[in-house]
Amino acid sequence: MPMHMPQIPDTLPTDGKPFNLSRRRFVGASLSALVLGALLPGKVVRAAQSQAAEIKPGTRVPAFLEIRPDGTALLRSPFVEGGQGIYTAFAQIVGEKLDIAPDRFSVECAPPGADYLLVNGARFTGGSFSVRSSFEVMRRLGASTRHMLLQAAATRLKVPLASLTTQPGVVVHTASGRTLSYSELAALAAALQPPEQVPLRARKDFRWIGKSVPRLDAHDKSTGKVKYNIDAEVEGMLLAAVQHAPRMGGEPEAIANESEVRAMPGVHSIHRLPGAVAVVARRWWQARRAVESLKVDWKEAAPGTPHAMPANFSSAGMRATLAAAPGPGISAESIGDAAKALESASQVIEATYDAPYLVHGQLEPPSALARWNTDGTLELWLPNQAQEMFQQAAARAAGIAPDKVIVHSSPLGGFFGRHFLYGTANPFPQAIQLAKAVGRPVKLIWSREEEFLRDALRPMGLARLRAGIDENGLPQALYAEAVGESPTERWFGRQPDKANDSAVEGIAEKPYAIPDRRVAQVYLEHPPTIGFWRSVGHSMNDFLYESFFDEVADAGKQDPYELRLRLLADKPRHKALLQAVAELSGGWKRGPFSASDGSKRARGVAMASPFGSEVATIAEVSIENGSVVVHDVWVAFDPGSIVNPAIVEAQVRSAVALGLSSTLLEEAVYENGMPRVRNFGAYAILPPGRMPRVHVRIVESGTPMGGVGEPGLPGVPPAVINAVAALTGQRVRSLPLSKTHFAGA
Amino acid sequence: MELTINGTKRQVDAAADTPLLWVIREELGLTGTKYGCGAAQCGACTVLADGHPIRSCVMPVSAVANQAITTIESIEEDPVGKRVVEAWIEHQVPQCGYCQSGQVLTATALLKQNAKPSEAEIAAAMINLCRCGTYNAIADAMQQLAKG
Repeated sequence: MPMHMPQIPDTLPTDGKPFNLSRRRFVGASLSALVLGALLPGKVVRAAQSQAAEIKPGTRVPAFLEIRPDGTALLRSPFVEGGQGIYTAFAQIVGEKLDIAPDRFSVECAPPGADYLLVNGARFTGGSFSVRSSFEVMRRLGASTRHMLLQAAATRLKVPLASLTTQPGVVVHTASGRTLSYSELAALAAALQPPEQVPLRARKDFRWIGKSVPRLDAHDKSTGKVKYNIDAEVEGMLLAAVQHAPRMGGEPEAIANESEVRAMPGVHSIHRLPGAVAVVARRWWQARRAVESLKVDWKEAAPGTPHAMPANFSSAGMRATLAAAPGPGISAESIGDAAKALESASQVIEATYDAPYLVHGQLEPPSALARWNTDGTLELWLPNQAQEMFQQAAARAAGIAPDKVIVHSSPLGGFFGRHFLYGTANPFPQAIQLAKAVGRPVKLIWSREEEFLRDALRPMGLARLRAGIDENGLPQALYAEAVGESPTERWFGRQPDKANDSAVEGIAEKPYAIPDRRVAQVYLEHPPTIGFWRSVGHSMNDFLYESFFDEVADAGKQDPYELRLRLLADKPRHKALLQAVAELSGGWKRGPFSASDGSKRARGVAMASPFGSEVATIAEVSIENGSVVVHDVWVAFDPGSIVNPAIVEAQVRSAVALGLSSTLLEEAVYENGMPRVRNFGAYAILPPGRMPRVHVRIVESGTPMGGVGEPGLPGVPPAVINAVAALTGQRVRSLPLSKTHFAGA
Repeated sequence: MELTINGTKRQVDAAADTPLLWVIREELGLTGTKYGCGAAQCGACTVLADGHPIRSCVMPVSAVANQAITTIESIEEDPVGKRVVEAWIEHQVPQCGYCQSGQVLTATALLKQNAKPSEAEIAAAMINLCRCGTYNAIADAMQQLAKG
């Protein structure tokens, strides 16, 4: 008997009727409590339910681990894999202590449950939190399980526990040479209580942590075997496609050709949904073709409809609105007296920078599969970064209790922040409603065009920056107003008297020794739906700040690298990292200089402090045919300590690619309340031909473990923009670079 | 309609203008071929038709009824495909993995046509999008494969 809990049967009889599901399931034991701690503001905080109060997250071994008859281990990860490599990292961490080799693990995302609330009492895959928030928990789980296996072996062999040791997957009684495999001991061990305290292997003895262990999913992902949510299938399911109101808030009225569309091949039924129409069909292609054939009369949003999209909204207009929004805003950081210091400065420079709305552009379009079961439960397969929050929201959408909602979380075909709860940006409420209406399981897939229409956008960002420079050319004062709204405020509630951290991250609390500083947020709501996008506020704010920093350096006739070094004199971690990236690039040189191919090039540098990590970035650029070419990006990255160097490096490369994509190409343009384009191609993302060489140096400074998935991104836009300025003399203050044509160079 | 998929003849019941992608995914149940954009922009849906990479999301099924279709499910049955998969693993290419079926098939088609492609030939062929930015790892794997 493996140490496991009852599982959902693999084959599911339905006959087109609600599925009859046994309640012998683990999820029933630990449901629905959602305790959100300090990280998330009050709006979503709920009192812990009694069951949750009894469960200390991250301690109950059977919730996480199952040792199977073949000696392999199944690990239920609190966090979902979407490319970050966390499933492999968790196998390394647990395996290190448990004494099972990482390649003997299979890992899947855990269902909702109090056991998994490991991020300040909540759970979400985001904020680059997965490994850093659970490293100690995973170590202890591995060590506790190994201890339980040793106890079981001591009982079985009738020997003292201290006389036993382990080799990977096996308990060994050295004195007698007897061995027992973990799988033989699993059932006995499962009946034991996890120990309160267990010794942990010292870092110097690590075999797998800190090594570039191969990813567990590389083969399956190279051979098409991974099942993403869009691939989910249950017996008797129908497929659905939707057409949304062109502007948020619009509602379907008359459909001119309903009977003709109902007669199209494969069509089962046509449905009116909030803000959309849907077709349910035998196949998705049939559903899509039919729903796009519907001639729908859309009624504009009624006055006062929350988050209705104004018919005259445009992204260009929004930029002007942000630029004109009056300060001084709510202070996020105030040191000294910036206003006074600006008055007495020998030179004051000011600039306004902005970055556009962006789509997530994860390659897997959103989908949701819903099945109502005869026992009153609702089973959902849906891409999500927050299992309990989706369970709660689905329960509300379905009008049932949260413990009646079963959530399945497949690996994500990319996410970058796409799969949090974003109201109308999530397809699952539509799938729930459609499955109820047709009395059969329904899988809804949004076409790429519908995804462009309803994605939660990275908000447009704009900052007004002023700096006072003293007679020595050094910055004395910085005064910054970041205008706009962050997704944290949108989705977790705004505190009107407080600047929002993710609205100002990357501008406030920079490490440079600038004596007088004021950083503020000027709050202004965005009409479109906004969401978290890889590195959130940092994705634009470090661009706004670090680019302006170079302007300040130039105005004071300082080299931007040397000025950074000077202002980091009392910040040894930052200073060392800046020197590391310079060394990695062969020594700092700004240029312009001539490269060996005859092209004229220059370099730019930037620093960022995202998600508990530190990063220093240098980029080298040239101009070809009026466009910027990025040849090399060097990144020195200090996340404190790491689990898997190869995966960390891959994450940095990935973040560089996305950061560069946003620097060079991406902007979601709105006109007349609608996105101007609704697919890739017209919305350009980084193609392989524009990917630079990326050179990564990981620095383990030994500070508390920081995030890995996002921090590589924020330094890229300013490093590139600063390089372009050094090369062309042209200071670009508005992304993306594709809006600017560069002559000569 | 009869289709030859991965060396096997299969009868499918689909309208002639249905994109090959949806016949593969929904009629044949082979979900390794991915829907990304439906507009021949990203390449996630790439399959081989008589050895040539095609964007199955815009290819009417009737247009390839007489051609041998290869999908990712049979990639390791082909010696070149097997080598590509091995190189993908050695270079730890996939991250989210969603585009990789198309990447692996595109690479296989190139190498079967041209066993030792130049860097420029690789760049000209490997044009599928990857939102995780695995481009450097793909390039490294291709360079190794191009050595034969």
